[in-house]
Parts: sequence; C-alpha cells; structure tokens
Amino acid sequence: MKDRQELPVIDDQEVLSNTGQSLGKKIPLVSDTLPLLQVKELKKNFDLSGDLLDQFRFRGGRIIRHKRYIHAVNDVSLEVMPGEALCVVGESGCGKSTVARLVMGLLRPTRGSIYYRGQRIDKLSEKALLPYRKKMQMIFQNPYASLNPRMTIDQALLEPIRFHNPDMTEGELRERKSEVIKSVGMDPSWGNRYPHEFSGGQRQRISIARALMVDPEFIVADEPLSALDVSIQAQVLNLLRKAQQQRGLTYLFITHDLAVVEHFGSRVAVMYLGTVCEVAATKTLFSTPKHPYTQALLSSVPRLWDDQPRHISLPGEVPTQIGQPKGCVFQGRCPHANDRCRRYSPQLNAQSDGSLVACHGIEEGRI
Amino acid sequence: MALLEVRNLEVSFRTREGIIKPLRDVSFTLNQGERLGIIGESGAGKSILAFAILNLLSRPGYISGGQVLFDNQDLATLSEKRLRSIRGSRVAMIFQDPMTTLNPVMTIGQQMIESLRAHRKISRKDARVIAIQKLKQVQIPSPATRIDQYPHELSGGMRQRVTIAIALLLDPLLIIADEPTTALDVTIQAEIISLLLDLCVSNNVGLVLITHDLCVLSQMTRRMIVMYAGRIVEQGPTKEIINDAQHPYTQGLINALPQLSIPGTELKQIPGAVPGLQHVPSGCAFNPRCEFSMDICTRVEPGFTCSGGCSVACHMVEELVNSMGEDL
Repeated sequence: MKDRQELPVIDDQEVLSNTGQSLGKKIPLVSDTLPLLQVKELKKNFDLSGDLLDQFRFRGGRIIRHKRYIHAVNDVSLEVMPGEALCVVGESGCGKSTVARLVMGLLRPTRGSIYYRGQRIDKLSEKALLPYRKKMQMIFQNPYASLNPRMTIDQALLEPIRFHNPDMTEGELRERKSEVIKSVGMDPSWGNRYPHEFSGGQRQRISIARALMVDPEFIVADEPLSALDVSIQAQVLNLLRKAQQQRGLTYLFITHDLAVVEHFGSRVAVMYLGTVCEVAATKTLFSTPKHPYTQALLSSVPRLWDDQPRHISLPGEVPTQIGQPKGCVFQGRCPHANDRCRRYSPQLNAQSDGSLVACHGIEEGRI
Repeated sequence: MALLEVRNLEVSFRTREGIIKPLRDVSFTLNQGERLGIIGESGAGKSILAFAILNLLSRPGYISGGQVLFDNQDLATLSEKRLRSIRGSRVAMIFQDPMTTLNPVMTIGQQMIESLRAHRKISRKDARVIAIQKLKQVQIPSPATRIDQYPHELSGGMRQRVTIAIALLLDPLLIIADEPTTALDVTIQAEIISLLLDLCVSNNVGLVLITHDLCVLSQMTRRMIVMYAGRIVEQGPTKEIINDAQHPYTQGLINALPQLSIPGTELKQIPGAVPGLQHVPSGCAFNPRCEFSMDICTRVEPGFTCSGGCSVACHMVEELVNSMGEDL
C-alpha cells in the first residue's frame, strides 16, 4: 500500500502542475460496472437512554429497563460508481451527514455493511483501515472548525501525507505540497500562515488541498459550500469539478442545496427521515421526480423569474426519529398514503427509466 | 406616499484601528405596502442597515450621518423613549434565528401579551384573545394550546411563524425581515415565504427583506437594492435587475447561480473575495474583482447613474449612458 502506483496520465486530461512532475493520478483500473463504494442495508441508532440508572422506570408495580433510540439511518443501500458524483440530498435531520460519517468510518454502523472496491470495511480495526483512509478523504462543512488554528497551512497539509507515506523525502513532500496548493488556486508562499489569516473561501480551498494531498480516489464532501458566500460557492464548486476531472475523483456529495445538486451531481439520492426514497440520474430526477416527497422538495426550491411561486404544500412537520418507525416514513405527510403505506415500509424498486423509487403508490400505479 | 425614506445614511464603528464605515451613502425610499429586497454577501452591510433603520445600533457603532424618515420623523435623532413607542408597534422586525429572538423561559403567550401590553392599555384577557387570533393568522394549528407552550416545544418552522405573529401583533406599517428563512429547510422556507407574502399583501404592510438568496428575493419583492462593501451599487425594479443587471457585481452574482448554468459546465465566478471593512479599496470598492475595471475605477468612487428604471454606481455604465446620450 505504501508505494504509489505510477500510471500514465490520460492524454485528454489537462495536467495541472507546471512543476514538471505530473500527478500521475491513476484512473480506476476496476471495470466501470463495479461500484467503488457499496453500502448495504446500513442502519445507525443513537442511544438516548442515558446512564444505567436513568434507564430504570417504575411501571405496573415493576422496575423495567427502558431504552430509547434515535433511528438516524434505516436500511440505507447505495452504490457509488467510479468517477461519478453521487449527491445525497435531504432536509436537516434526514441522516445524510450520518451516512457520510458511517462511510468514512467515523461512526460504527449498528447494522449493515460497507464495501470499498468489494472489500468489506465497516468491521476493520483502526489499523486495518489505514490504507483505506489514504484513498478516502473527507471535506467538512465549516472550514473554520476543520482546520487546526495552531497549525500553519504547511503543517496542516504535510501532516496527513507524512503519516501515510513515511518514506517520502522532504523534497518530494515539498514538491507535492506546492503542486497541490497551486491546483487549488492558492499561492505556495502562503504556507507559513495560520488559518485565521484567510477568508472562508480560502480556508475551504485549504481543506480541499489537505484532502487531495494523500492522492485519494474517493472524497466524501459534507456540505462543503454551506458556510460560504454565493460568489465564493461558485469558485469552490468549480474547483471541486476541476479536481474531479483532473484526478479522476469520485465524490459522495452531501448537500441540502438542490441547485448545487442539479449542477454538480451525476446521480442523486433523496433521503427522508433516515431512508432513501429515490435514487436517479440527476437529469431524470429533475425532469421527472417520482416520489411524492421528491416532488414536494423540488417544488419548494425558489427559482428566479418565478413570480407566482407555487409549491406542493406538505401537511405537518418532519417527525422525530425516536421509536421504531412503522410503515413508510413519509406516510404522515403524504397526500397519497393509504392503509398499506401506514403498515409496511416500501422497498426501492427499479423504474423504466433506471431510477429507483421506494413508494407503494408508484408500485401500484396509483400515483 | 413614502413610508420610509432613508437619506445618505452613514454608520461608523469606533475601533482600535480607527473609525470604519460599514455603511456609506445609503439612500432609498419605500412606499406604503411596497416590498423591497436588499441583497449582498456577508460584510456588505445589509444587517447593519436593518439595525440602523430602527436606530438599534449599540456601541461601538453609531449613525454618523444622514436621516431615516419614517412617518415624517427622523428615527436617527429621535429620543430613546419615542423610539421605543415606534419599534415593535409601527415598525416590526423579524430576525434570522427564532431560537435566539424568542425568550426560552417564557411561554409564547407571555411574550406576546407582554409586548401588546407594553404598547396598548388592554387587559391580559383581551391581549390573549388578540394573540391567539394572530397565531391563527400565521396558520399555527390549535393556537389556543400552542400559546401556553415554550419555544423549545416548537419546531424551527413553527418558531419562525411565532416570530411573524409577534411582528404582526400591533398591526405595523413596516416589517423589516433580516434573513427570515435562512435557518430553515427548503420545504419550510417555501411555506414561510408564501405566508409572509400573503400577510404583507392582505394587510398592506411594507416589507424590507434582507437576504443573500437572490431566488428568495425575486419571489418576494418588487424592488431591490444590491449592496457591496457598505454601499449601494445598484437599485431598481427586481425584474429589471434580474433580467438585465447593469453593475458588473450584480451580473456576477446572478451568473454564479448554479441553477442558471448548464449542468456539468464550469460556473462563472467572481474572482477574489469581499474586502474587509478596514481595507476597502479606493475608488470603486469592487474594482479589484471587476473584469471591466478601468483607470478611473481605482481613483474615483462612482456616483449614481440612472439607466432605465435602475440607478447604478459604476463608471462603465455612466460612460455608456453618456455616450448614448451624445448619439441622440
């Protein structure tokens, strides 16, 4: 795992560095039909019960132990193909960030499995995970919190690569650092500065650079644009796309901003209350949304040149995820819900245009 | 009739590095029942403007020039006592985060009754009736039971509905809403937008909407102001500006929207970042990021040029308009 495999750069890709040494980022050798990342029936509960003593309740003349869980992620199955940008969208509390953290191994799943290039990684020890950490990197939402304020930019960038490549010489390290820094549009001479000396957009560039340092092939980005101003969002989004094209990166992109999804994603997974309700190619999803929740979500996005905003109004609010959900998670707010929806939870079913939808109504042809 | 007229408003902050001016030369008028949007990135001075209109700035900030005429009174020089009788009753404010505007240790009813009784001589009982009626107006289900709940018992969207109900409590003439939907999810945002719009139209209330989201602004307002580094750069009818922006900064903001570009292509971006207020560039504040920057832009701050229905602070637009005038 230590040796970086040098593979030829594909001709039509612009080589970003002018330092002489090309990055030589390998294009995935696995055939494109095999998913890079596969998540199967992933489940994550967070325990709310508190201390052991807090769990005891006196009920009906007996003391019983009472436990409460938040079902943050329920039976989520996803596949990320090499080279694509799979966007996960949903409102706050739908479990999208939990999925990102589970995939990165920052949280341990309650049930289910995660495969990276066919290898199961969710049960690995910290040590056995190391080679995967080098291939999978994460970009966080808030660049003010994800950079250590007491480390200079150079230190922050060099720490991960030194750790993962102990035999790289100082010269190689420096060369790599200046190449990556340039590729995110920053000046290598700024390396001695501290994070507080940079603006939000620049800090997010630094966190992207830090993720790119170890030459990853898969990046999980959790709301990387939310903390940024509009004009800066465009800069960072362009940067992420450039990195994808030049390094053959694969993204799992978590966001709540549907305009960004439409622009950036190759496929979209829509989440609601810890479950995936629709997965489709971006174009398909935005032209023909199928799940009632997806339809309501898309209609809520404010658009320019839209004098008479007309959105599908959903009754009620997003319920909590405490207690075992019964039936379809959306049934309480769905205008098409019937008895079956209230009892059984729907499975993702393939549609004629290749999208996957979890809805009894669509299955029965009611919607 | 002009409901609110802001004339050459200037706000200064005393800091250790000297006096900085987060707001300079801001003038606009708002008629009764009109809806005006103010857009800008962080640091553009839009929230300072909202606070300055109600004279709510606290040290080290102060209004260092200009007038805020509301109903023929200058709010910038009015006594604190007179201001208190206007704030909340004639002019109401809605803030971004309802959790920080609502008092967590008081029930919703207590907060509403308190502000009603601060401005009007009415009994608790009558105040409660009005409060329940306002909660009903903002479509809170079972308002009679909700009124006795605490803010933490409500969801985010519900809380923002309560702050809107509080704003409407004393039938104000003007509502200033500072990023009212930014903390909310899109489906909730859509509900709040249509609610606020309906209430403004049906009660003929003026609205000053402060936002960073051009799409929200375009849905809610007829006229808009674009701010950059403490100054207005463009002002005019919302439709006209969105369809045909004149100022390069406004053009940049609109072009940077992902929803207007072809998916999968590179977004048009504005290079650089918003300048800090200590280092506002000389001349036009936008000149270091502007692709049309000329020699004059670095030296002289542009005045306002009328172009169509808009007024624009840009040397390039000024030259264009002048040359067109000569041709005629």
